Amino acid sequence: MAELLQAPVTSIAREPGFAARHIGPSPAEQTEMLAVVGAASVEALLDEAIPAAIRRRDPLPLPPAEREHDYLARLWTVASKNQVFRTFIGLGYYDTITPAAILRNVFENPGWYTPYTPYQAEIAQGRLESLLNFQTTVKDLTAMDVANASLLDEATAAAEGMALAHRVCPRKDAHVFLADRAAFPQTLELLAARTEPLGLQLRVVDVASAEIGPDVFGVLLQSPDANGLVRDLSALIARVHEAKSLAVVATDLLACALITPPGEMGADVVVGSAQRLGVPLGYGGPHAAFFATRDAYVRQMPGRLIGVSVDAHGKTAYRMAIATREQHIRREKATSNICTAQALLANIAAFYAVYHGPDGLAAIAGRVHGQAVALEARLALLGVTQRNAAYFDTLCMDVGHVAAVARIRQAADAARLNFRYEGTHVGIALDETVEVRDLDAIVQVFRSSVRSSTDEGVALPTTSTGAAAELKLPPVLVRTSPFLTHPVFHTYRSESALMRYIRGLERKDIGLDTSMIPLGSCTMKLNAAAEMLPLSWPELARLHPFVPAAQAAGYHQLFGELESALGHISGLPGVSLQPNSGAQGELAGLLVIQAWHRDRGDGRRNIALIPQSAHGTNPASAAMAGMEVVVVACDDKGNIDVVDLERKARQHADRLAALLVTYPSTHGVFEDAIQDICHIVHAHGGQVYMDGANMNAQVGLTSPALIGADVCHINLHKTFAIPHGGGGPGMGPICVAAHLAPYLPGHPVVKTGGAKAIHAVSAAPWGSASILAISYGYISMLGRDGLRDATAIAILNANYVKARLEPHFPILYTRTTGRVAHEMIVDLRPLKAASGIDETDVAKRLMDYGFHAPTVSFPVAGTLMIEPTESEPKAELDRFCDALIAVRAEIQAVIDGTADKTDNVLKHAPHTADAVTADAWTHPYSRQQAAFPLPFVRARKVWPTVARIDNARGDRQLICACPPMSEYE
Amino acid sequence: MYPADLKYTKDHEWVRAGDGEAIIGITHYAQAQLGDVVFVELPAVGRAIKQGEAFGTIESVKAVSELYAPVSGEVTAVNDALSTSPESVNKDPHGAWIIKVKPSNAGEIGSLLDAAAYQALVG
Repeated sequence: MAELLQAPVTSIAREPGFAARHIGPSPAEQTEMLAVVGAASVEALLDEAIPAAIRRRDPLPLPPAEREHDYLARLWTVASKNQVFRTFIGLGYYDTITPAAILRNVFENPGWYTPYTPYQAEIAQGRLESLLNFQTTVKDLTAMDVANASLLDEATAAAEGMALAHRVCPRKDAHVFLADRAAFPQTLELLAARTEPLGLQLRVVDVASAEIGPDVFGVLLQSPDANGLVRDLSALIARVHEAKSLAVVATDLLACALITPPGEMGADVVVGSAQRLGVPLGYGGPHAAFFATRDAYVRQMPGRLIGVSVDAHGKTAYRMAIATREQHIRREKATSNICTAQALLANIAAFYAVYHGPDGLAAIAGRVHGQAVALEARLALLGVTQRNAAYFDTLCMDVGHVAAVARIRQAADAARLNFRYEGTHVGIALDETVEVRDLDAIVQVFRSSVRSSTDEGVALPTTSTGAAAELKLPPVLVRTSPFLTHPVFHTYRSESALMRYIRGLERKDIGLDTSMIPLGSCTMKLNAAAEMLPLSWPELARLHPFVPAAQAAGYHQLFGELESALGHISGLPGVSLQPNSGAQGELAGLLVIQAWHRDRGDGRRNIALIPQSAHGTNPASAAMAGMEVVVVACDDKGNIDVVDLERKARQHADRLAALLVTYPSTHGVFEDAIQDICHIVHAHGGQVYMDGANMNAQVGLTSPALIGADVCHINLHKTFAIPHGGGGPGMGPICVAAHLAPYLPGHPVVKTGGAKAIHAVSAAPWGSASILAISYGYISMLGRDGLRDATAIAILNANYVKARLEPHFPILYTRTTGRVAHEMIVDLRPLKAASGIDETDVAKRLMDYGFHAPTVSFPVAGTLMIEPTESEPKAELDRFCDALIAVRAEIQAVIDGTADKTDNVLKHAPHTADAVTADAWTHPYSRQQAAFPLPFVRARKVWPTVARIDNARGDRQLICACPPMSEYE
Repeated sequence: MYPADLKYTKDHEWVRAGDGEAIIGITHYAQAQLGDVVFVELPAVGRAIKQGEAFGTIESVKAVSELYAPVSGEVTAVNDALSTSPESVNKDPHGAWIIKVKPSNAGEIGSLLDAAAYQALVG
């Protein structure tokens, strides 16, 4: 017994850690796969896939892996350092109640958070319908003609509104944008960030008294504004229109349920945030911003727009409309670099509208307003003046003296309340979580700090309900028009009905909870439950981004450790967590490079070299940064043409600002010449920006610094496990070399960035802060060795898929060793020439097998790009390969003439249950061939709910709100 | 395939030159490359355009392209029917005109390709 007690605890073997769960293939399977690949070991494979000159040989200087349970326990202690005060700061961020049914069934549900952007519409009808509900919610509340499917944040939406105004303003020489002084500070900051590189001029003025001259193309107004003032903007907007200028109005969706919306005041563009419709604060995000406009400008809208079309059987079907605009096709001619939306958060807001309906939203808005009215009355008894002539939920208390503000602040801090302090004013923004006790606490703070002659005589006033029905608004500001009249906002009000509606939509879509999503360039890896779980914790979810840093100590510890880890992984020590997407990271990185050049007296450097094979956002971001794009050719092996690069670098030597390069290349290959390429750019005075889209092939094995890059962004939603959310959120932090660190983005409200910080690129100081915890968890639980192993197995999985597919399809690009990196391009063009079956047919046919298609026609038209990631087990890789090989045989049947050229399983794909079970079956192939082409399909059949969608029809006649109920039959 | 009475540009526009008027559209080759046309963005009547300059955009399900002016002049008419049936560009590319221009430099027409030269260009 005594001996037993003395036995060392460490001798007890523990079950495998997180890495073994995150990485798909077991060690035994890895051995089998290596045999197929023809490599002696994983290390031998890596040596063949990655040039020796750029290999990282030392281990990542990171802590070892933490077990899931231990990580969660530790994160809890970190999160507990955040203090959740009652917060009334406002400025676009408000506490909200996420209905539990939405929290559990959407926010915490992999069926909603793991799918990709709905490019394959036939297996995305669920979230497309929900996003259409979002568009309808925004369109109705703002009283505009059309709304998009969300943008990154409100400030970005305002900047995009400005850009639209500039494009459509009939006076082509107009270059001035007026922004109202009382707009949110983060919005004004982003407008400054966007105008400067484009040669536009931002003037921050009091628009009501400003002249709108012939050089003004647009005006930003905000109501309710930063102070909470609500105004009738009709006359002001009429004046803007007389000047042949456009009116962009920032507003609040909840206020629009009560107050005359901007659309009824003549606005051309309406923007704002849908955060307070049930989306947690999360210390700044992620949230869905909205963008609404007039029909006349619909084709000028940035971002994604969901539209209605029909499928091959004439049934109503949803799809992303006019998706070819912007950076996918227009590249350096693009007028926006916006790529990502905030689909998951837009869906939460949409379900919030479905849950509450118009009467529920009006009741919430009425209650919040009523509480503000009651609070104003009570504070008035203390002799404090409220400055807003009309308001929705935000009071602007003028306490007369900064000393009084300081006393209030001290008392508020002691009572754990946050207000907005601005000069002699105290701003108090209420929200739907506010209870009578909160009003009592606020009054108590003022009572204890404001010395009023009447103070002693007045008993503490009380409010019985806090829900005064009184509206304190002039009649012109009271909304009278109906909204959310569509049945969807009336039908699912019981939780049973709502739960089934949510589940019914979810069932129509393929996410990672269904099957692997082999999208090249998208890195659809596991989003582990332990990484996701903490996002619902109030300590992470309920923090306003502008609270004093001391209240967010847990977040700041997490940011510090994450920045350090990303710095080690990239080899670039300066990190900004601010950019909200890869494309915003590109813009931020390019602006940092410009600022550095300028600081060195080299401001003329303005040319960006971009290889032909680059992501479309690269040239679009360069254009947004005001750079001139020079395209560099690729050779027939898909590599950058070094001779062409050198020629162009030399030709533009005095103006070269940067090269944008993706590594491994967008063709899925570790290019051998990468160090030479970076050296050439440096030798001609440029900086190297590395697009981190393919970082999943680098972590622990090489790094941006090792290849010679100065700046990179890291798509946390690819390599570092943030889920794609069905089309957002994303995060694109940037890592920079030490010489560029002083220029990292700042923020107007909270200090971030370096000593010579460029303007902010996101509304919130740390972007979508809450989801940084996912990447933090990923890094913590994989640890030093697991991170490297994940990369190694991502490369093994890709080369295994390549080895299995190679006998059946040409694989377009490899290294000279025959190895690919973490993804590969399957060339379908020869088959198309022989059979008439094209890449779209193959993509749609894979749905019948239960798979989401690989990336179609990027970066090479007529091809598929496959990225399996490390998370897929061998059995799933085999099912996917079996499916593609079976499709190859189906194509062969067309070539051989044993299948019809047009009436075949491919051209009619995908097959719906309706089609397969119809009484009439006229095709020359069987129903079994249509629906169950391989044995494994039967056990996990996915039925696409619509057949092939007519894209042209949907783009010709844009319908972008919920269609009438008869269409749902 | 390419009517002899039209002139062509390397950017795949065609011009029908008449009495003080030039009618402009896009070629069969261009529409085939674009695929299903879904939208044509037209300039304002009265706008002055310069040879080689973009005067509008044409959008298909797979691409967005600029429309380049084959000749300089003032836009005298735009084909409004394209706003409701952009697909006519696919169905009848050499009939579905996009804009009419009053040319300001008659010599420019002579610099354009004839049908044979254009056919040779697109193969």
